[in-house]
Amino acid sequence: MAQLLDTSRQALVLLFSGDPALWSIVSISFSVSLRAVLIATPVAFLIAFLLAHARFPGRRVLISTFNTLLALPAVVVGLTIYMLLSRNGPFGDLKLLFTQTGMVIGQIVLCFPLLVAFSHATLQAADQRVWETAVTLGAKPWQAMLTLMYEVRYGLIAAVTAAFGRIIAEVGSSMMIGGNIMNYTRNITTAIALETSKGEFAQGIALGIILLLSALLLNFALSFIQARGDTAP
Amino acid sequence: MKRTLCQTALCLIIFLTGTCTSMAGTSFIRLATTTSTDNSGLLDILLPAFEKDGEYKVKVISVGTGKALRLAREGDVDVVLVHARSAEDKLVADGYGVNRREVMYNDFVLVGPGSDPANIRGTTDASNALSRIVASKSLFISRGDTSGTHKKELQLWEQAGIKPQGQWYREAGQGMGKVLQIAGELDAYTLTDRGTWLAYQNKVPLVIVTEGDKHLFNPYGIIAANPARYPDANYGGAMALINWITSSAAQNMIGAFTIDGQRLFVPMNVPVKSTK
Repeated sequence: MAQLLDTSRQALVLLFSGDPALWSIVSISFSVSLRAVLIATPVAFLIAFLLAHARFPGRRVLISTFNTLLALPAVVVGLTIYMLLSRNGPFGDLKLLFTQTGMVIGQIVLCFPLLVAFSHATLQAADQRVWETAVTLGAKPWQAMLTLMYEVRYGLIAAVTAAFGRIIAEVGSSMMIGGNIMNYTRNITTAIALETSKGEFAQGIALGIILLLSALLLNFALSFIQARGDTAP
Repeated sequence: MKRTLCQTALCLIIFLTGTCTSMAGTSFIRLATTTSTDNSGLLDILLPAFEKDGEYKVKVISVGTGKALRLAREGDVDVVLVHARSAEDKLVADGYGVNRREVMYNDFVLVGPGSDPANIRGTTDASNALSRIVASKSLFISRGDTSGTHKKELQLWEQAGIKPQGQWYREAGQGMGKVLQIAGELDAYTLTDRGTWLAYQNKVPLVIVTEGDKHLFNPYGIIAANPARYPDANYGGAMALINWITSSAAQNMIGAFTIDGQRLFVPMNVPVKSTK
């Protein structure tokens, strides 16, 4: 117990000493995961909307597929994309292995099913009359779709937050595709894995605290937005 | 009914835990060692011979040297077998380990892409090879994980009088096998222990460029956890393992251990014929 307290104390010191290596790691984590979420979200919303409001053959199968993919292990995504991007793989010429772009691709694959499944559930539950009213008032289908999405924006934001939470905390695919290279592809989670293997527990805990703090901030922001949503007319 | 159920459950728990812990008279030894000894298969040869009279059973925790030493420092293991001389000495000096013995050594090799942009293939001087890697602006992948191999690499840079940093120097922070894969993908040079290299040489597009420098030799030491600091450590078992592994029987087994006909480790305490 004394050791755990001591480690946590050292971690806090590290955190506020402005260690440049530490902040390089943190910024890589956020930049990669934000890029992944930003790219994945619009496409995922569109697919979720179609799944919720369009009727076409294979729709149920698609929904079940996305729900199943929620259980996709990060290492499996990592391994698959590793093999695709490897110099002997089909996309080897792109030289994306061990780059941040490669990591972004892995995280997109990871968060995509989650975004689709959660936003589909939200859009499915949305009030159909919003769509009908918008169309009656002369909105084009894409305008009506945006109106509907705006109506359920809190649910959609929650989906994005959950997706971001999943990929900023995943280690398997980042380790495999990124390679944990200092100043290039080392993010918070791969750094924690490394520090643990080095026996440097303080640094690992410090990074863990950053991860948790950022998740906390994100959720505070979200609950703030939702609270405003509750009081809106 | 409920009562019998409870009794049955209790019996089951006692039975299960009993079979796990009380193989009568067996003493468990917790050994932390580096991935290089475990992955090479050496321990699979050595430990069954040590355990065969049933007195001892060794639980192997295979981690990087840094983590292994940390486990010893915190009293989580009874004995460590690692390769990082200065860190080993520090463990003993700080009072966490006792009775360090030299067991064996293996060697490191510099490997790089077949195209050899630094033009160092076939050289034997490690310092010179590193200088030429830097001069040719070739990529170098470092373990970057304070493992024994990483510490050796840092020593070599120091001997070459080079401060390794910049675009060409990338710290991967992963195990040896993974670093070889990264070097293979990026056409980079790296330092590897021969054991891992033998296991990976057919899987990565790399070749040995520099070997045979005495600075590339890598001694392994075995150290018991200090019983004065950790009275619950299995000191008797640790010393039995240390005495056995430095005995001529075990040393001969180490000298006879090969992968693909290549000897991996040279025992410290018995003379061995050169393979060359």
